[in-house]
Amino acid sequence: MNDYTHYTDHTHYPDYTAYETGAPIADTKAPEGPIAERWDRRRFEAKLVNPANRRKYTVIVVGTGLAGGAAGATLAEQGYHVEQFCYQDSPRRAHSIAAQGGINAAKNYRNDGDSVHRLFYDTVKGGDFRAREAGVHRLAQISVEIIDQCVAQGVPFAREYGGLLDTRSFGGVQVSRTFYARGQTGQQLLLGAYQALSRQIAAGTVTMHARTEMLDLIVVDGRARGIVARDLITGEISSHFADAVVLASGGYGNVFYLSTNAMNSNATAIWRAHRRGAYFANPCFTQIHPTCIPRTGDHQSKLTLMSESLRNDGRIWVPAAKGDDRPPNEIPEDERDYYLERIYPSFGNLVPRDIASRAAKNVCDEGRGVGPGGQGVYLDFADAIRRMGRKEVEEKYGNLFDMYERITAENPYEVPMRIYPAVHYTMGGLWVDYDLQTTVPGLFAIGEANFSDHGANRLGASALMQGLADGYFVLPSTISDYLARNPHPTSVDASHPAVTQVLAETEDRLRQLLAVDGDRTPDSFHRELGEVMWEFCGMARTDAGLRKALDRIPQIRAEFWRRIKVPGTGKEFNQSLEKANRIVDYLELAELMCLDALHRAESCGGHFREESQTPDGEAARHDEEFSYAAAWEFTGTGKAPALHKEDLVFEYVHPTQRSYA
Amino acid sequence: MKLKLRVWRQRNTDAPGAMATYEVDGISQDMSFLEMLDTLNEELILRGEDPVAFDHDCREGICGACSLVINGDAHGPERTTTCQLHMRSFKDGDSIDVEPWRAAAFPVVKDLVVDRSAFDRIIQAGGYITAPTGAAPDAHATPVAKPDADFAFEHAECIGCGACVAACPNGSAMLFTSAKVNHLNVLPQGAPERETRVLDMVATMDAEGFGGCTLAGECATACPKGIPLPSISAMNKEWLRATRKVRR
Amino acid sequence: MEMSRIMSWTSGYLRFSVPRMALATRTDRKPPPTRTFWGSTVGKKTVMAVSGLIMLGYLVAHVMGNLKVFFGPEEFNAYGHWLRTMGGPVLHYEWALWIVRVVLVAAVVGHAVSAYQLSRRDLKARPTPYAHKRRRASYATRTMRWGGIIVALFIVWHLLDLTTLTVNENAQPGHPYENVVATFSTWYGNVIYIVAMLAVGLHIQHGFFSAAQTLGMGNATRDRALKALAGVLALLLTAGFVSVPVAVMTGVVS
Repeated sequence: MNDYTHYTDHTHYPDYTAYETGAPIADTKAPEGPIAERWDRRRFEAKLVNPANRRKYTVIVVGTGLAGGAAGATLAEQGYHVEQFCYQDSPRRAHSIAAQGGINAAKNYRNDGDSVHRLFYDTVKGGDFRAREAGVHRLAQISVEIIDQCVAQGVPFAREYGGLLDTRSFGGVQVSRTFYARGQTGQQLLLGAYQALSRQIAAGTVTMHARTEMLDLIVVDGRARGIVARDLITGEISSHFADAVVLASGGYGNVFYLSTNAMNSNATAIWRAHRRGAYFANPCFTQIHPTCIPRTGDHQSKLTLMSESLRNDGRIWVPAAKGDDRPPNEIPEDERDYYLERIYPSFGNLVPRDIASRAAKNVCDEGRGVGPGGQGVYLDFADAIRRMGRKEVEEKYGNLFDMYERITAENPYEVPMRIYPAVHYTMGGLWVDYDLQTTVPGLFAIGEANFSDHGANRLGASALMQGLADGYFVLPSTISDYLARNPHPTSVDASHPAVTQVLAETEDRLRQLLAVDGDRTPDSFHRELGEVMWEFCGMARTDAGLRKALDRIPQIRAEFWRRIKVPGTGKEFNQSLEKANRIVDYLELAELMCLDALHRAESCGGHFREESQTPDGEAARHDEEFSYAAAWEFTGTGKAPALHKEDLVFEYVHPTQRSYA
Repeated sequence: MKLKLRVWRQRNTDAPGAMATYEVDGISQDMSFLEMLDTLNEELILRGEDPVAFDHDCREGICGACSLVINGDAHGPERTTTCQLHMRSFKDGDSIDVEPWRAAAFPVVKDLVVDRSAFDRIIQAGGYITAPTGAAPDAHATPVAKPDADFAFEHAECIGCGACVAACPNGSAMLFTSAKVNHLNVLPQGAPERETRVLDMVATMDAEGFGGCTLAGECATACPKGIPLPSISAMNKEWLRATRKVRR
Repeated sequence: MEMSRIMSWTSGYLRFSVPRMALATRTDRKPPPTRTFWGSTVGKKTVMAVSGLIMLGYLVAHVMGNLKVFFGPEEFNAYGHWLRTMGGPVLHYEWALWIVRVVLVAAVVGHAVSAYQLSRRDLKARPTPYAHKRRRASYATRTMRWGGIIVALFIVWHLLDLTTLTVNENAQPGHPYENVVATFSTWYGNVIYIVAMLAVGLHIQHGFFSAAQTLGMGNATRDRALKALAGVLALLLTAGFVSVPVAVMTGVVS
């Protein structure tokens, strides 16, 4: 049964930081040979399921974003029966929809020197050498097919007058390989996947369960065989069975409370899977996006991203003097500090996301930040308007400027925008092998839910690429190998002891949440946790800070189980209960994130440890010690997890210290 | 700011509902409308009352989940989604009425939450291009004239929030349906299914119990994404063309 | 056929005998066009649009005839007589008129039945009103239903008054000019007629624009012109029709 009641007293816990290092883990599925041939080889070596037999297999897919929607549609097209789940009222609302900028593909339509190998190289280097070469190379190869697929589906990418696709350069990359649909690329790609999924729902090959949230994983005889889910309208808890389970439930950025994730994006599916045996890899790798709209007060419920493309023409600055609170237009040119241009003269405002974010934090920490609470820097278009004319600026960025004005009531054509970094994406996730299978046989993780291709830092316009690559192309090819090698497993139903146990635990958990009847709201705990995480596990981390966080989190958790108040019952539409249950998992995941951040005593990508920096303040990796993916095994509630290291070998892209100066 | 709220409360689809009155204080101009409701809900929870249920997710105006009728306007007084409506659009002491989308095809689930699955079924009837994964030719194999691509994009922007239905005096889904029909029918990739698409989607729209269009224009006024009213006419044209055209 | 296109596109894919269902999600059977038409809101709206335009065309002819009243009884009565002989000698006496009447009756019936069915459907689609009331749409749009009913009732009276002469106390068969003057010499005749013509004007203002949209004529650039045209048509027709009772009242026509 559950042991949450034990949480109410945090003092009884063993030292969470006293983790043990278990056996190393290896990706056994990645084939040998020249890197460009590995994907072909794997597809050839993988066993296939006879087309006539496919309808006998059921696959559960959790989530309907780019990865989940694409996977569900494609598996159904191949003949499998798919049971698909999403917590939203419609599969069309998954948070992939909010991605603005674009999607990378090594099409080289511009003839500007791009290639599969260059995209592969850029991604490995951008990820600060903490991703697997084989996986990243496959991603670059597939990127080309994704664009073809999306165009065939009717995705209205931007086009030029000749009728061909337009591309732009994005995120400081030197080639124009980013395809886009104005500022709504994610929306358009998601609708493409949603439409493909809708076609299969109409055909009866996909059974869609909307407003149904996965609350636990069913593992029978060591294999993933189904999920326990709650109907969010009736509150009914039910079990669903399948031959394989695919998690496409997105990232866990909402641990930080304030992030650019959707309000209901959550970590429950992956965290429950982790508790049932799936290793969680690199949980501390989170991406902080530099260009978000700063918060305006304590009421703030989420943060809104402004596309990174703004940095192409906007100039970032703060007042040179501390505490200069004159209106920006009254600060003369020589009293401004264009700090990115000053520190990184060759890349200027276009340095990678992690560097831009950290620099903003540093100037704000120096007391030179602007706006409420000094948590902001200026992104100024005055020069761009002088140079290009207001009309051209309007054409290029009009919709972003409008969005900014709607939220802040300030006109960015006249006053510089204020921006501040915010949690945006999580590179970590469930550990998967080359087949995207987790350490639980039959459990697969795709898209942001897995840890795969971005290493310690994701490049702009690569999340959409990875989600769709996993969903449309990788998983549908690799899952057949698992299904073919594990034909017709014993049937399970709701009376199986393994199932009744999971069901009982789930119901018990919700019952306990309702029973506490304390005096604090779910949001108050979420906000408190978020503040601790942002402070100690955010843009810059220290040994001491992380230890403080690891001390605080169990206290918050104890407080939570003593004082949480969830009104209503579990047998009805109850948004407070949904929220509280997600916070239960954040309170555990946060601890693992801090532990991972603590153990990785190096700086790499989005993970910046203040103890590990170069003399000029840049991130310093320690490859001899940390060139591995950290896969954590759950060992019991509140117990220190076990660390399994997967060594990263670089044969094609040799690790160098990133330098953008 | 201090505000008086009148909010539609309804336990579930079958229960009767009514407007309930609440007062909220300490509302900042910078809050979004949903953050104002968050504030109310925090108070309700601590008082042991059932918080107001409402749909919301991305809170940046793109997912289409939020769906409130505020003082009689779908998404409130500004042309945006509810989540992007800020309290600076209201004055201290204002009285604000908050209701769910009203349409027979959108039954109330609880309080301000409605069931919009009818929209999904309209898309399932034909709002897609049959392009199984892996079957696609090179993306540049078929150029698309820029005006057509722009027209497609303009209609593809629909977020499926249902404000058009909520605002329409007839509870009609013509603007939603036309947005998807026009997006796909103008593209060369959508041409093979052009006729069946519009016929099937319109038939499903009717079967779901949406009303007909009387060109009141309320839908286009309420649409946060600015899908234009002539979209409906463009779909009618497609529909008439499809009824005439027989494919062999 | 559509399927063959998909197959040529995906030939590699279909080489296996995978369940076809996943691909062939659309049905081949197509209901007869009449059922597609009458069974659909868009089809019924098309019926309304076409019948409405027929009636509008009739009204244009009608108002031109009415204005002949300003050229004196002889010309007006001669025109009345011509209506019965038009189409001759190919067509027999009054045949053309009867053809017009049959077409008009069909248009009225089609218009009314569609309007009734669509209205019922529309009301059913919005069963619960908003507690916060606010004025929606333009006056012309909101008055389409009642305006239509007023116009329908008017047509009945108008036929009894000037065609069958049943309710026109001083009527003389074969003397339309005198009958018109007789009708507009009573206060209620003027009131009924003028109110009905204002209703017709409003109905046309929204109806013409609406019909154009239903028939697929609308687009972003053309809609302005269509709206303006609808307004001009409505104004000219209403002014033309109303000018007759006004002329009788002021003694210009007597």
